[in-house]
Amino acid sequence: MTATTPLWEVFIRPRNGLAHKHVGSLHAADEVMALQSARDVYTRRGEGNSIWVVPSAAITASDPDQTAENFEPTADKIYRHPTFYDTPEDVGHM
Amino acid sequence: MYSQGLIGADGRTEETPEFLARFQKRIDAEEKIEPKDEMPEGYRRTLIRQIGQHAHSEIVGMLPEGNWITRAPSLRRKAALLAKVQDEGGHGLYLYSAAETLGVSREEMTEELLSGKAKYSSIFNYPTLSWADMGTIGWLVDGAAIMNQIPLCRCSFGPYARAMIRVCKEESFHQRQGYEIVMTLAQGTPEQKAMAQDSLNRWWWPSLMMFGPHDADSQHSDQSMAWKIKRFTNDELRQKFIDATVPQAEYLGLTIPDPDLKWNEDKGGYDHGTIDWDEFWRVVKGHGPMAKDRIKARKKAWDDGAWVREAALAHAEKRRARKIAAE
Ligand SMILES: [Fe+2]
Ligand SMILES: [Fe+2]
Repeated sequence: MTATTPLWEVFIRPRNGLAHKHVGSLHAADEVMALQSARDVYTRRGEGNSIWVVPSAAITASDPDQTAENFEPTADKIYRHPTFYDTPEDVGHM
Repeated sequence: MYSQGLIGADGRTEETPEFLARFQKRIDAEEKIEPKDEMPEGYRRTLIRQIGQHAHSEIVGMLPEGNWITRAPSLRRKAALLAKVQDEGGHGLYLYSAAETLGVSREEMTEELLSGKAKYSSIFNYPTLSWADMGTIGWLVDGAAIMNQIPLCRCSFGPYARAMIRVCKEESFHQRQGYEIVMTLAQGTPEQKAMAQDSLNRWWWPSLMMFGPHDADSQHSDQSMAWKIKRFTNDELRQKFIDATVPQAEYLGLTIPDPDLKWNEDKGGYDHGTIDWDEFWRVVKGHGPMAKDRIKARKKAWDDGAWVREAALAHAEKRRARKIAAE
């Protein structure tokens, strides 16, 4: 066999009201077979009621080497948090 | 299971001491390592090998039980066995997908299994001679798998740990349906009880071997423990398994085929007789009674399925072209 079967990422929504969550990946020739296969592989015991499949190649991920530059600045912006601000006790919970 | 006795891991690595120390600090802080994170080559290599062997074991593990699906004694047993074997296929797929995040392709892994290069758990190179073996495999083999897989849920590599959590949720059913089969036989006619005993006699020692060589003889264990790929040593897990299983056998009125097995008050566990490691290595190296059949069966499935894979890709291509033409 020369051609390889594409990789898909699988997302499942456990129940209405929750977001779809990544559960793993699988190989399938097209989106129809990917959905069928996702049902068999990832939902044999009531894991969810909705499936998304996305070609793995379509995902762009942030670079882990830039984790510090990307995400650490949020830690020192304490003024983004409510506790940074003083409000009088007399006005009640705010 | 089946990755506890990882065969031939090579944790050697050539990074700078600073790099390794930085990595070890993350591990010691119980941080999970994710696929795109920097990691020592030895860590990556060990995991590819371990997760690959584990996946292959799940897939080859479908064969000894698949052998009995059409001969299950009742519809209840048949439905359960079919569901169990389907789960094992699923376990293999979760694990292959976890290994693929480390940069190895499914095709490479399949190729290694079919060529005989990749190893899988030695337990599946034994034949399933009677219906009682369906019970014993669920009870002992899946029981040993659970012992091994529960700590793997805390493995430092994120995708492996997540796959193990899914697998562990499904294993309990496997062991319980197996124990129920053995119990039914043990409480049946004398012939049925003898079948159960014969099956236990054949599977006991191979099940103990599933945990891999003794700690003193398993060279790669220390590095895997330091990297928190493994949380317990082979001997620790084997001991837990024996201690849990002996009372289960006693309840059934079956005898564990080890005359040296006895309770050791001081250590609060059982002492066991000598394991035949020559047999273990023979079976690992493909001289088990069923080794050739197992690979032959996988090859046949792969070859017979070629036209399906090709047709599915051709169909996908046709649909894509049709969609483009319609736009
Ligand atoms: Fe399994
Ligand atoms: Fe299992």
